[in-house]
Amino acid sequence: MLKIEDLHVEVDHKEILHGLDLEMPEGEVHAVMGPNGSGKSTLAYALAGRDGYAVTRGRILYRGRDLTAMAPEERAREGVFLAFQYPVEIPGVVNANFLKSAVNAVRRHRGEPELDAIEFLKLARQKLKLLNMDEALLSRPINVGFSGGEKKRNEIFQMWMLDPRLAVLDETDSGLDIDALKIVAEGVNALRGPSRAILLITHYQRLLDYVVPDKVHVLAGGRIIKSGGKELALELEAKGYADVVKAAAA
Amino acid sequence: MAASQQTIETLRSLGGDYKYGFVTEIESDFAPKGLDEGTVRFISAKKDEPQWLLDWRLKAFRLWRDEHAQAREPTWAHVTYPRIDYQEIYYYAAPKAGKQPESLNEVDPELLKTYEKLGIPLTERAALAGVAVDAVFDSISVATTFKDRLKDLGIIFCPISEAVREHPELVQKYLGSVVPYSDNFFATLNSAVFSDGSFVYVPPGVRCPMELSTYFRINAKNTGQFERTLIIADKGSYVSYLEGCTAPMRDENQLHAAVVELVALEDAEIRYATVQNWYPGDKDGKGGIYNFVTKRGACRGARSRISWTQVETGSAITWKYPSVILQGDDSVGQFHSVAVTNNWQQADTGTKMIHIGRNTRSTIISKGISAGHGQNTYRGLVRIQPRADGARNYSQCDSLLIGSKCGGHTVPYIEVKNPTARVEHEATTSKISDDQLFYCRQRGLSAEDAVTTIVNGFCREVLQKLPMEFAVEAQKLLGVSLEGSVG
Repeated sequence: MLKIEDLHVEVDHKEILHGLDLEMPEGEVHAVMGPNGSGKSTLAYALAGRDGYAVTRGRILYRGRDLTAMAPEERAREGVFLAFQYPVEIPGVVNANFLKSAVNAVRRHRGEPELDAIEFLKLARQKLKLLNMDEALLSRPINVGFSGGEKKRNEIFQMWMLDPRLAVLDETDSGLDIDALKIVAEGVNALRGPSRAILLITHYQRLLDYVVPDKVHVLAGGRIIKSGGKELALELEAKGYADVVKAAAA
Repeated sequence: MAASQQTIETLRSLGGDYKYGFVTEIESDFAPKGLDEGTVRFISAKKDEPQWLLDWRLKAFRLWRDEHAQAREPTWAHVTYPRIDYQEIYYYAAPKAGKQPESLNEVDPELLKTYEKLGIPLTERAALAGVAVDAVFDSISVATTFKDRLKDLGIIFCPISEAVREHPELVQKYLGSVVPYSDNFFATLNSAVFSDGSFVYVPPGVRCPMELSTYFRINAKNTGQFERTLIIADKGSYVSYLEGCTAPMRDENQLHAAVVELVALEDAEIRYATVQNWYPGDKDGKGGIYNFVTKRGACRGARSRISWTQVETGSAITWKYPSVILQGDDSVGQFHSVAVTNNWQQADTGTKMIHIGRNTRSTIISKGISAGHGQNTYRGLVRIQPRADGARNYSQCDSLLIGSKCGGHTVPYIEVKNPTARVEHEATTSKISDDQLFYCRQRGLSAEDAVTTIVNGFCREVLQKLPMEFAVEAQKLLGVSLEGSVG
């Protein structure tokens, strides 16, 4: 599904990722953990194709295609979804209308029939119920006045509606209390499937208690320095990043 | 509104030729270029006008001639344009250049593409493009249906020239009562040479059941350059009027100096909405239309209400301040506006709310969007007169800048002469944030759709004030007018 080869990414003429390698097959959940400033968000933005994140070397192969050549909306329509760490507010733009446009843009691209207003609402209500979220969210402007937890859950809701192949969750657990975390985790787990790959970018081990990863990678100094199973996350929790980074460098 | 929806359905099925107003065919001869007393007399004679109206026109003309001779054309607006040569203009029935297309096949495909993008129904596209409609559609039946319906209710809705003949006492009473001919340079010019426009009178207690002028859309292309509109809502009545069209309107005449007067008596309400997409000029800003308009409403009676809603996306230069004079106690004035300037367009627009009576209220919501090299200025006046006890005003002026070469300016004037007044003013200036754009794109929207989405969100408060089907078209129009602004 995803193969990142020797990825170098520059932001403001400063290289943040120095040759990152990562491979993720379909059907798996991988976690990328690392200390602050290691390049986690840069990786997320590079995958999503944000302006200002320049790939200077290397490739990102997604289902055989090189993502770096594709515009962000094209990647989205091909099934790449990024759950933002700090979802932005868009005043005056109603959640439901926005999401319906997005969902239909993806469906159009895939040659699937578009949803009309009624079908969309039905589907949306279904998903909201499962996520234990209030329907009122649909008629509010995107993220305006949402609490941190609500914003994160809105990201998961959108993820469900857009049905991506590759979901990248950038520190989705930050700022959540236990209950909200459980709901988000349930949402992510429900999306696991044989044709889907989920990349969890996180600081803390907490989320991984609920969304158990198949593999854990440690990102430090702009590259993956160690990979392992879920125990690696527990090891990091116990020892801290500094030790693990030092050991890997040795 | 069920009534207006039914109206739309009927019209669409008939696809009729909705001639502007109910004007009877006028011969196509025209006055030569230029403006002198003879021109004014010619126009008045052509319309078979009574002496009092000719006298009024002449007074206006003489004043204008003096003002012009003394170079008193106003220049204070934040717009620049080459000097207008008033002797190079046709003031009556300019000859049409070129021949009319015989069918849609002969129409510029770019124009047709725009109609498509705006979602204009197929049956209306031919008429909008200037295809010789007579040969294609039957015109009489639709016009008759409307006239009968309104007649039953006692509502008068006809061209102003017809009103002068059929209802002279009403016209004489109210014409120039809100915008006197001496008001400003362009209103003076209009008073001398106005060619046509709408006249509406709604009798006491009557609620006009349909959006007036909805069906004018079709023949908007024949809109004159010096229109004069007069709307009177008698006690306790209600009328909603919509002028303009989302379809791009071209005209050989560059200067459009219309005057609109609204009079609302006790407990009456007038809603006036404008969606304007006049030709803005080519990519170098040449050849666009100058839209210099005087619009004013008088809330004469207690508890009367007047609201102006405008979406201005066209014209090379837009210079207008739809205003409300709040004379009656407890009267309410509202102004909601979206003005877009892209490429080389300029706009200096806003409103004046004059509080005279007691406990009057006014609300101003102005959304200015600038892109390209556009210059967008909001200019507003809130004046609270000494006896306007308990006056309240709320103004919100938001500017959105797209790109780095455009300008958004706010010039608010607040004059308060009564200590019990409450005036609030908020203003914001922002750019479309990269974060917002990226968020939309990451969800699958193209860059252009992302801009349209964000801009429509920005304008939502104003667009909600439009009759529904026009709100939908206005949203698309915003997208179309901002094309090419994000690159």
